[in-house]
This record gives sequence, structure tokens and C-alpha cells, in this order.
Amino acid sequence: MSRHVLSLLVENKPGLLTRVAGLFARRGFNIESLAVGVTEVPGLSRITVVVDVEELPLEQVTKQLNKLINVIKIVELEPAASVQREHMLIKVRADNQTRSNVIEVVNLFRASVVDYATDALVVEVTGDRGKIEAILRALEPFGIKELAQSGLLAIGRGGKSITERVLRG
Amino acid sequence: MTGAQAVVRSLDMLGVTDVFGLPGGAIMPVYDPLMDDEAVRHILVRHEQGAGHAAEGYAAASGRTGVAIATSGPGATNLVTAIADAYMDSVPLVCITGQVFSHLMGTDAFQEADIVGITMPITKHSFLVKSAEEIPGAIAAAFEIASTGRPGPVLVDITKDAQQASAPFVWPPKIELPGYRPVTKAHGKQIQAAAQLIAHAKKPVLYVGGGVIRAGAAAELRVFAEATGAPVVTTLMARGAFPDSHPQNLGMPGMHGTVPAVLALQESDLIVALGARFDDRVTGKADEFAPNAQVVHVDIDPAEISKIRTADVPIVGDLKEVLVDLDAAFQSARVDHTPDIAEWWAYLDGLVTEFPLGYAEPEDGLLAPQYVIKRIGELTGPEAVYAAGVGQHQMWAAQFISYERPNAWLNSGGAGTMGYSVPAAMGAKVAEPDRVVWAIDGDGCFQMTNQELATCVLNDIPIKVAIINNSSLGMVRQWQTLFFAGRHSNTDLNTGHGTVRVPDFVKLADAYGCLGIRVEKIEEVDAAITLALETNDRPVVIDFVVSADAMVWPMVPQGVSNSFVQYARDHAPSFDGED
Repeated sequence: MSRHVLSLLVENKPGLLTRVAGLFARRGFNIESLAVGVTEVPGLSRITVVVDVEELPLEQVTKQLNKLINVIKIVELEPAASVQREHMLIKVRADNQTRSNVIEVVNLFRASVVDYATDALVVEVTGDRGKIEAILRALEPFGIKELAQSGLLAIGRGGKSITERVLRG
Repeated sequence: MTGAQAVVRSLDMLGVTDVFGLPGGAIMPVYDPLMDDEAVRHILVRHEQGAGHAAEGYAAASGRTGVAIATSGPGATNLVTAIADAYMDSVPLVCITGQVFSHLMGTDAFQEADIVGITMPITKHSFLVKSAEEIPGAIAAAFEIASTGRPGPVLVDITKDAQQASAPFVWPPKIELPGYRPVTKAHGKQIQAAAQLIAHAKKPVLYVGGGVIRAGAAAELRVFAEATGAPVVTTLMARGAFPDSHPQNLGMPGMHGTVPAVLALQESDLIVALGARFDDRVTGKADEFAPNAQVVHVDIDPAEISKIRTADVPIVGDLKEVLVDLDAAFQSARVDHTPDIAEWWAYLDGLVTEFPLGYAEPEDGLLAPQYVIKRIGELTGPEAVYAAGVGQHQMWAAQFISYERPNAWLNSGGAGTMGYSVPAAMGAKVAEPDRVVWAIDGDGCFQMTNQELATCVLNDIPIKVAIINNSSLGMVRQWQTLFFAGRHSNTDLNTGHGTVRVPDFVKLADAYGCLGIRVEKIEEVDAAITLALETNDRPVVIDFVVSADAMVWPMVPQGVSNSFVQYARDHAPSFDGED
């Protein structure tokens, strides 16, 4: 299997997410991560999907997604030609003995502490997959109590915009 | 005007003349203005599934979009089978359903069902309308989506409060579908590449699918096919897209296809797929399908191309345009290279002579179902419409009736919906009242939807129903005979010869006010068909009591290569063992 990042420009209509998610399920594809949000154009949303799938089935699922009436455009974002970020909140065990060590890790990764308690800190980190995995490995020995992670967000590098191209065409 | 009035007015403006439906609480507001509307004829069915299939038959016989109306909850869910059927066979269908009040949605209200959610995987698109203002736009968009590109079913679910509220009626409504732009004109380079392949092929075959019929491209196909001189096979969905009487037509390919059609595909060096989708019933084991063939695949739906079989030349476009372009490109390609397919034809002609379609007389002395169906076709002729159910009789009707024109043959090909025939024939007769319309049905299928005979009688829709009564779920029985050691588990229906005959189809026909005829002997067949053809003041039901042991041949058993096509039981044609 190989990992692909798809960026879908969609009309913001009720049920749209169900249509997209349902299509993946129906055709037997696992969604590894999903992020949905607004775009710079009112009425349009962007869905960033990460799927683990071979080239040929990926082509088929992309074509099927394109058939959804509310899907306007789909592009695959290659890692080298795009900025890809994940966002994570980590509740890590930290008391008077370990807190400074935890904070050292946080600083090393340019993450930040966003909540304090006597026995724990909440750490916020943004980065690509490698960085997220690395900080998790570094914090693990202190004891991770809870974590929450966003879906991957991605945008193409350079001056061009997908929305612009679509709306002009 | 009210939202309900806007529904009816929108149908008027779209030129809709016939709709099939059944009222209920959540759609009642729409039924009030419908009563007075002179342009739209509403045909009250007895079951919503009947409305759905009738709308499908209407569309398939005429090319116009079919319309079905139902209420919320069970009314809407009864449409689901017809919607799934229309999705599989690309039938332009608009279903309008009532939905509970918007403030009750999500509360498990009386007759509430999330029909938009339920039908999401089987509709081309759907609309949930919660305000009167949106109604004209949603209905107009539904018709646009259902009838263009690759046709399909579209659902418009309208809450009761939207039907009751008032809003100004604006026509034409502004339809914005930025994500919907079907490609109709194909890429010139691909057309050239395809023409080159066709000109150089030694064993080409035109694999014609239902897309040719939906595209209204039968005339264009004929011109192109005759230019190439290539053999043509017409799939179950494409019967009639190319005349059966044409010398280039080898008939139907697939599990129950003719030997020449099956082997023409299997041994070809170039398959030109035209609006076909390499269904498993056509390819047999896909990995072993036509191993030496290159593929030119033309379809209006890009997702069909290379879905099952990788296309060497993919062409996305509307066949009505593509076939004209292909023809022109081929005409110039053959100037440089004269195609030579004489040897190919010599081989195929040999197969045609050696393996004509035929059948054996049943050993039990009962009527041969194939004979009955053949005579119906011969006595009625190619201008009629034939709508089949699903199973053995469907295959025999596809094999033994000669189809000379598109839209003459209606069946449930993709979904395989038993019960399709009677309501579909009803819809076809409404769309094409001047044509003779036959429902060729099985005794199993007939019992699923025969309630629509009441609709036919009361609305003066004189269809003719031929029940090919083998007293069983015949296709399943055939598989039990062949693959389950002859153990006929739960396939006897007790409607035929030597049984209690429950129900008695002649009495049933009589009860509905149809002319009922029973035929048990070969010498009665023609007279019954002739009487049916002469009777046009009411529907006719003929109970043809046939042998339960008749089987559909040829057959490619499931899951094997098409090379293993069997002409009859234990009789496989021998051919060069290359593969």
C-alpha cells in the first residue's frame, strides 16, 4: 500500500461528508485521516483525505469521487510539492521531578505548553508526520495520559491556487 | 404559490406528461394541485415499487425521464429497489418523495425515514428540500442530472412544511452545478489512436453495451459498424442497439450468450467497447478475459474506463458524437492501411454455422418455453416493446426474440430485479401507447408485482403478459440441477403442470378484469398470441404452462474463463487451444 493525500474542493452542502465517506467505505478504502474546513470562497469547503491505497484503485476512487455532484475538484498533493501539517494536543505526565525535562523536549521541538496542572502538562505541537512521531517518542517515557490529533492539512506550494483555477475555468 | 403547487408547476414547465405514484401523509399537499393539473397525468399504482419500475419502463421505452412520487417512510423505502435498479442500468429517473415536517426530522416521527441517506449509494444525486423557495431549482436540477451525462436516478425529498409554505415561483430557476460537467466531446488524439488500432486489427470486435441505447446512438453505430465491417456483439442491455438481422451481429455475449459472440470477444485482438462496462456476466473470470485483446473503451462515465479491464485507448464522450468522430477517423486511417479481417470472419462464420442458438424439446412432453417466446416475437414483430422479468425467461427472451430497434427490449440487467416486468411494461405502454407492449414474465417474478394489473385495467393500459410458467424459480432451479447435485431447495412454486396451481393465473387475471388464457399445448400457442394481439380493450394474461426442466444454454459457468463456454449440457465447442 502507499499513502496518498487528496485535496477535495467541494460545495458546502448538507450530507456532503456522508457522501464522501460513504463512497470510500462502499468501495472498500480506509480513510487514514480526514480534515474538513472552510476555504477562502464562501460556500466552498476543502476536505483533505489521507488514504492508504495502490495507484490503480486510487484512480478508481478519484473518478468515483469526481462523480459526486457536489465535488468540484480533486487534486493529489505530492509531499514534495506541498506543505503538509498535522496538529496534536498531548497530555503528558509531569510533576516537580520531571517537569523541566518535559519542557526541554517541548522547546526542542518548538512545541508549546498550553495547560498546566501539578501532575500534567498539555503540549501543543504542529508539524509534519515525522515531527509528530518524533515528539511522541520523546514524550512517551514521561507517560502520555491522553492525546488528540487533527486530520492532516495540506496545501500546494507556490503561488497557484486550486480554487482560483476552478472558478476561472 | 405553495411549495406543493410549485412541484406540479415545475413538472409542467419541464414538459412532464405522465407520473406514477401513490399518496400518503407527507406528500398529500402535492396531490391536491396534481388533481387539477391538465398537463400531468398521474397514474395511481398499487405499490410504490410499481411506480418506480413503471417510471423506469417509461424512460427505457421512450428515452424521456420517468417520474415516480411517493410519501415518506415506507412509501419512500418501497421505491428503493426501483432506484437501485435504475442506478445499475443508467435509467433517467426522478423520484419525488414527501418528508416529515422539518422540525420533526431526526425525532423518529411517524413515517419518518432518512430516504436521502438510505438512497445515497444508489442515486446519481439527491436533494433534501426544506423550503418552498428551493423547490423549482431542485426539481429542475434533478431532471438535468438524471437525463444528461450517464443517466441515472435522482431523488428529491421535500418536507411537508416546504410543500405547505408559500414562495414566489421563479422559472427558469437558476441551477448551479459547478461540480457537474459531463464530457461529451472526445479527445481528438484518442479518436485517432483508436482508428489506427481498428484499421490494423486482424480480429476486431465491437462490444456494444446499453450506453449506445441510452445515448440514442444506434444509427451512428450502424454507420460506423458497417464502415469497419467488424463483428458486433450486443450485451443484454444493448439488445436492439444493432439489428439482430444484420449479418455483422453475432448476438449476445456473456454467461448465456451465443457461442460466436462469446468467442469473438474471447479470441479478439481488439475490443472496441462502446457504452459497455465489462460486467462479470460478460467477461466471466476477468483475469482470463480476452487475453490477446487490446481495448478501446468509449464511455461517458470516466469511472467505467479501466475499472475492470485496463483500456489501451480510453475515450470519454457521448457515443452519439464519438461514433461520428470515430467513423471519420477510421475512414482516413484505412486509406493508409486496408484492414484485413477476412480470416477472422471465416472463423466466426464457421462458429455461427456450427453453433446456432437452439434448444432441445423437453423430455417431459410439456411446452418448450423457448418456443413460446420465439413465437411471441415472430407474431408480434420488431415494433413492439418487450419487457422481461429476471431469470430463465429473461435470457430466453433476450436470445429468441429478434430485436431490430433500440428501446424495444427492456429488462433489469445490472440489478436483476425480479418483478420488474409487469410495472415496466405498464410504464412503457403509457410512454408509447401505439406500440404493442409485452411483459414476458416468469411465474416467480409475476407474483412479486402483478398487483399493477389493477392499475393497467383501471387506467386503460392494455399490456400483454406472457407468464412463462415453469412452476418454479427456474434459474435458481437450473443452478441447483447443475451445481447443487440436483437438490431443488425451495424453488418449487406450485403454479404449473400437475400442481395445486396456487394461484391460478387465469382466475387471477379474471379477478383483475384482464383476459386470462391458459396454454398447455404447442398447437394452442399461436392462437393465444393472436387473440392477445387482437385484444386491446383490456390487458391480457397468458399462462403458458411450460416444462420446468428446460435450461438456458449456452452457458459459461460462473467464475471460469469464457473459453469454457458450453453450447449445451456437457457440450463445449472445440477451438484452437491457444489459451
